[in-house]
Amino acid sequence: MSKFSLWSVIQNGLNRQQGWQRQWRDPDPREKYDVVIVGAGLHGLATAYYLAKNHYVRNVAVLEKGWLGGGNAGRNTTIIRSNYMMPGNRQFYEHSLKLWEGLSHELNYNVMFSQRHHVTLLHSPAARDGAARRYNTMKLTDSDAEMWDLPTLRKEIPHLNYDNARFPIIGAAVQRRAGNARHDAVAWGYARGADGLGVDIIQNCEVTGVVRENGKVMGLKTTRGEIGAGKVGLAVAGNTSRLWQMAGLGNLPIETHKLQAFVSEPIKPLLDHVVVFGVGGAHFYISQSDKGGMVFGGDLDWYKSYAQRGNLPVVQDVCECATSILPCLGRVRLLRHWSGLMDMSMDGSPFICKTPVENLYLNAGWNYGGFKASPASGWYFADLIANNRAHETVGHFTLDRFRKGVIIDERGAGPDPKLHG
Amino acid sequence: MLRIACPFCGLRDHSEFAYGGDATVVYPALDAGEDAWHDAVFMRENVRGVQLETWHHVNGCRMWLIVERDTLTHEIVSVRPAHPEWANAITTETSLKGDT
Amino acid sequence: MKSRRLEQGGRIDRTKPIGFAWDGKSLNGYQGDTLASALMASGQQILGRSFKYHRPRGIMSAGVEESGALVTIGKDSGAEPNIKATTQELFEGLEGFGQNAWPSVRYDLGAFNSLFSRFFAAGFYYKTFMGPKALFGRGTGFWMFCERLIRQAAGMGKASREPDPDCYDHAHAHCDVLVVGGGPAGLSAATTAARAGLDVLLVEQDFELGGDLLNQPESANRQRKKLIADAQGQGVRVMTRTTAFGLYDHGVAGLVERVGDHLPGISQNLPRQRFWIVRSSHIILATGAIERQIAFGNNDRPGVMTASAGRSYLNRFGILPGERIVIATNNDSAYQTATELEDAGAVVSLIDARENVDSELIGLLGGSNISLRIRAAPLSVKGMRCIKALEYTTATSQGWEHGGVEDCDLLLVSGGWSPVVNLLSHLGYKPVWNREQACFVAPETDSTVFMAGSSAAIWNHEDCLISGQSVGAGVSKLLGCSVRQKKAPKAGGWVGPIKPVYEVAVKGRQLKSLVDPQHDVTTDDIRLAHREGFVSVEHLKRYTTLGMATDGGKVGNVIGLALMAEALGKDIPDVGTTTFRPPYTPVSIGALRGRNVGEHFRPLRRTPMHDWNLEHGATMTMAGLWHRPWYFAQQDEGIEQAYIREAATVRETVGLCDVTSLGKIAIQGPDATEFLNRVYTNPFAKLPIGKARYGIMLRDDGIVMDDGTTWRFSETEYFMTTTTAHAAKVMAWLEELLQTRWQDLKVHVASVSEQWAGCAVAGPKSREVLMASLDNEDVLSNENLPFMGVVETQMVGGIPCRIARISFSGELAYEVYVPSDYGVSMMGLLWGQAKIVGGCLYGLEALGALRIEKGHVTGAELDGRVTIEDAGLGKMASPNKSYIGKSLKNRPELVREDRPRLVGIKPKDRSKTFHAGAILCKQDQVSGMGEGWVTAVTHSPALGHWIGLGFIAGGHEAWKDTTAIVADPLRKEDVAVEIVSPHMFDPTGERMHV
Repeated sequence: MSKFSLWSVIQNGLNRQQGWQRQWRDPDPREKYDVVIVGAGLHGLATAYYLAKNHYVRNVAVLEKGWLGGGNAGRNTTIIRSNYMMPGNRQFYEHSLKLWEGLSHELNYNVMFSQRHHVTLLHSPAARDGAARRYNTMKLTDSDAEMWDLPTLRKEIPHLNYDNARFPIIGAAVQRRAGNARHDAVAWGYARGADGLGVDIIQNCEVTGVVRENGKVMGLKTTRGEIGAGKVGLAVAGNTSRLWQMAGLGNLPIETHKLQAFVSEPIKPLLDHVVVFGVGGAHFYISQSDKGGMVFGGDLDWYKSYAQRGNLPVVQDVCECATSILPCLGRVRLLRHWSGLMDMSMDGSPFICKTPVENLYLNAGWNYGGFKASPASGWYFADLIANNRAHETVGHFTLDRFRKGVIIDERGAGPDPKLHG
Repeated sequence: MLRIACPFCGLRDHSEFAYGGDATVVYPALDAGEDAWHDAVFMRENVRGVQLETWHHVNGCRMWLIVERDTLTHEIVSVRPAHPEWANAITTETSLKGDT
Repeated sequence: MKSRRLEQGGRIDRTKPIGFAWDGKSLNGYQGDTLASALMASGQQILGRSFKYHRPRGIMSAGVEESGALVTIGKDSGAEPNIKATTQELFEGLEGFGQNAWPSVRYDLGAFNSLFSRFFAAGFYYKTFMGPKALFGRGTGFWMFCERLIRQAAGMGKASREPDPDCYDHAHAHCDVLVVGGGPAGLSAATTAARAGLDVLLVEQDFELGGDLLNQPESANRQRKKLIADAQGQGVRVMTRTTAFGLYDHGVAGLVERVGDHLPGISQNLPRQRFWIVRSSHIILATGAIERQIAFGNNDRPGVMTASAGRSYLNRFGILPGERIVIATNNDSAYQTATELEDAGAVVSLIDARENVDSELIGLLGGSNISLRIRAAPLSVKGMRCIKALEYTTATSQGWEHGGVEDCDLLLVSGGWSPVVNLLSHLGYKPVWNREQACFVAPETDSTVFMAGSSAAIWNHEDCLISGQSVGAGVSKLLGCSVRQKKAPKAGGWVGPIKPVYEVAVKGRQLKSLVDPQHDVTTDDIRLAHREGFVSVEHLKRYTTLGMATDGGKVGNVIGLALMAEALGKDIPDVGTTTFRPPYTPVSIGALRGRNVGEHFRPLRRTPMHDWNLEHGATMTMAGLWHRPWYFAQQDEGIEQAYIREAATVRETVGLCDVTSLGKIAIQGPDATEFLNRVYTNPFAKLPIGKARYGIMLRDDGIVMDDGTTWRFSETEYFMTTTTAHAAKVMAWLEELLQTRWQDLKVHVASVSEQWAGCAVAGPKSREVLMASLDNEDVLSNENLPFMGVVETQMVGGIPCRIARISFSGELAYEVYVPSDYGVSMMGLLWGQAKIVGGCLYGLEALGALRIEKGHVTGAELDGRVTIEDAGLGKMASPNKSYIGKSLKNRPELVREDRPRLVGIKPKDRSKTFHAGAILCKQDQVSGMGEGWVTAVTHSPALGHWIGLGFIAGGHEAWKDTTAIVADPLRKEDVAVEIVSPHMFDPTGERMHV
């Protein structure tokens, strides 16, 4: 694997770009691997990378039914933050943020993590108190957090709607280290990194069955033949239930819902922060990509769906939110909207855990949090698979937490998957 | 936009309704044990294809409906009131076609 | 390009000149012009600069696929960037500006970038800008430094930061058949369906109907008029300037109608645009086809455009777009254009990439001076700022070879046609490759969406008409009309087949051949993507940004796919297909939001006493969608003085508080008692008539959902109140239980929140005040209405009312409800009496102070993670009956002794204050996740110092004699506190029972 650097870019510029090689191989599947990860999304690829890098497990395959990074890796609004407060989530997302901070160097791939501040607008004293609990918890657990009063906010982002907002803005809760990144680059960076460490990434290879013997998984049936596996890790958010049922394991505390994302035509820099608000039943987040597109999103489409296309009411709602907070956006045009499939869990929190089958491991239930979680998700999932025991941080990311009554419900919305957007 | 043929109100935009959830879940008796309640409250089949689901016509007649819908194509196969007495009271024809 | 307006011809009205400005320069056009045609007629060539290399760009097309003439219209708050000049109607006073350039698009210093273009290949930014590891370690600082510069360079036009001054509307329509596209196929389809008796809506994005007929010579106009007259005669509803931008489920389409974009100034009476939601039963897409480019050297120079665009500017806009014109084609469609341009006075030569050209086409050129070269294709455009000459190739058995150079000022290219299947793609259909016609076509669809005309790859005008009739008749049949249906024509219609040509290159020649001109994606970029393994369409798109520009891939996708197929040695369908996402063309965010913006973003709920409260000095606050009185300041009081005074007054005399926003539900039926008994944790089976009871309801998972009081009026009739926040949720929940779970229960529930206005009357003098406001004061005596008693009676003047003696404040108190229309009268009566005894009006802040003193919970405590035990209300969970949530509330983690429990909080130093949202920590460990948190804080007038409520591990018993720290790093204030019982004032409740 050739190293990427300013020097290599100049060299290849002089060389008509002839010196670049494939960023990852396109291998045929071998007969058997020590570990097979299903799903070459961000989580699957990161898992393979950390298995090879941290645990020296290198006889690893990642199977992908389509093309790597073709699912939610490319269907998100690229926001990275760690403003979670529930035990487990707090430590997990903080670790993830720390991994993000070093990720470009770690992978030798510019994932363009821009720590441009995550600004949650506050509209009422009650909302401020709620945010204070969250941001105080962050601060006491070695993260960064601050509250901006109205004058500070106005100075930082002068063109928000301070004049005639239905829900007047009274300030903001801010995480400076948070921001956004280039989503595709993360998938490609992990793919190239894992491939460089010997991992086989096998695309266009759909899992069609799980081979079980004596309660153990022996391998997977795929459209490219049967592949033996010492251990199998599932990282197929959106389709977790299908794989789970393929393994004969019944129901899961997960429903598949769709979430839309929106991008505008490219414009010169208009917004230098990630801005978020949630009030009056609305939920909205926006930032500007480096290319200039305003990237934004809101709530789920509210009904369960496996169709990767969104519907009009949410388009309308999200545009109402956009112009309510940034009235100048009225004349900016929506370029594209699309939707991705979310593993919505019953409490809005994920699973990184063992399963009832001895050598089968589950990584699922990412709700809205999947993109920002991907480095840590890979890190802890690799740790779980390599050591066959869960790290303390993800100790509650188990399927039996509902049976035990462990509450990791950041929104307090209760056991209804659609409410955890 | 999904268009749901409410048996009481006719064909309406789905934005008038609130999605409920899996209509095949059978809730156990109130004094049933934790296991039965755990399964009913937390575990889902998460069907990819035609499923029975509840919708609440919350900005309409406020009736809870059982909708048979394909989660992959969004095609709606049938709609009926969740309450069997209401279902009986409505002719099959109206429940399927709605009043446009 | 020496373009000029012709003396005659075209659909412009030369009697109506229109003045406009381009980059500050005054120019003229005519009614019927687009900005692009007016600029072309004025001889303007460089109208834009490309995204990355700032290459000069001119007009490339005459439609929505435009990727060159992207301009900004208007200025200041009315500035709209990235407008395709080819679709912008000219209007008096229009101000257009070049964008993405400095100082101007004609002389742009950014073009400096193109000197380094060899380093800026696809994806170069993923490989650098990380900063040397030694210097920058792990951080993101170096990237963020570079990012600032990159962001400035990227983007296209500049959007205003001022609020958009225009308004927008939403509108709705229903129809049997929606026809998208007002060309021959669309018009004939619409007419056919309407003739069959169907309700047909036809939408056209252009400002004129006719589609390709508009681009044909004057002689075609008769047929155009007839088609339109037929459609109108049959009652087809027609909308022009309206784009169907997206298709959604179940026959729903999103349209945007440009109502005012062609009118000068900002209208006070018209919306700028209207967003339509159309609900149709069937949809016919007669969306036409878009002509493709071919990739060759400098194919983006001003003076290179599609052949059909050349025809459009000639025939529709009366412009001779060039004097020496070369037309390069690989199909039949450009021949007619050649003769028309020659007739108009240009010197025209044709080069055709095909080996053979049908004699019929050659016959078409007969009698003209048009030179025709076959087996020839464009290789490279000469000229730095605009085209000066074309170097062409000839085909040999070895591939393309240098052919010659021909001077020209305009190059028209036809690389084939792409049917517009974009809308179908929105519904999840994947277009399929038609090898014969060298284009993607629609796959078989279900029986609700159909393609007609050239969007079904039918190239021949007559066949398009038949196609429209056939599809129109087919749809009519499906909808139950009896009509005769002609056989649908097959795809195709040219006399000679197309020869697929996507790129023209000669070995050893380095060319800058654009595939997606808007994003500067070159053929080399496609090959680089291939070399680096980005071979699937999805990877190719994302790595090179091919098809991600504002034309949505209309220009470049097919060429990019073809080049990747070639690199892989595969066929195009084996590489993939193109997926188009909505919208078809970009849509203003303003149109999509309509009027729901600013203060109208969400509905505002006001109580019937809203104005009365304001008149009496209320300052309002938000409570969900409601406005509720926050405090009633006297003279120069601030909020703090006001609420402390109000709370103190309630404890001393009496206070009145508007509580209308509470949810109110009528529950009736023979099984109402049983129903409530199952919903609430505490027993309701034996609640006597004329009594109210405080109740807690849990969710299925055993967590507290809501609390409130329920009043019993008869054997079968109850009145439930809920919290303001959960009113709608509880109502839906009760309906769900009755309709889906407990179908045997005979109970009706109805929301009566809007029917009743409510007022809390609280304080030692409340009975006195309320008695004086009633017709019959006896009903209120302690004997007749004891604590938790309920009565229906009349206020003075015969106002019907219902009263419960319940207390949130801990004082002797009542909640009084009257029909909403009497709300103001009720307040008048009560306030008249309250004033006499020195009472006050109080708002939410004082309400909060009173309830915190008493340890009563609200939404701040019941945050969806709290059990009934956590909230200190465990006594209300009946062990003797079954209720919702009973089973799961006993899960092991939920019954642990060390769970955070509701407690009261008092500062050790009574002069100190603290804040809600602070974290409760052990004295020796002010870090980590903490032991609990503070939910609410108030100054307690009764206790004379600040107090709070919160949750802490183990509850107050576990913290007896142990100091805790309220840690508030955000507000930089840590305070030592003692943890006490949440019932900090009158814990035995004596005051309520007097």
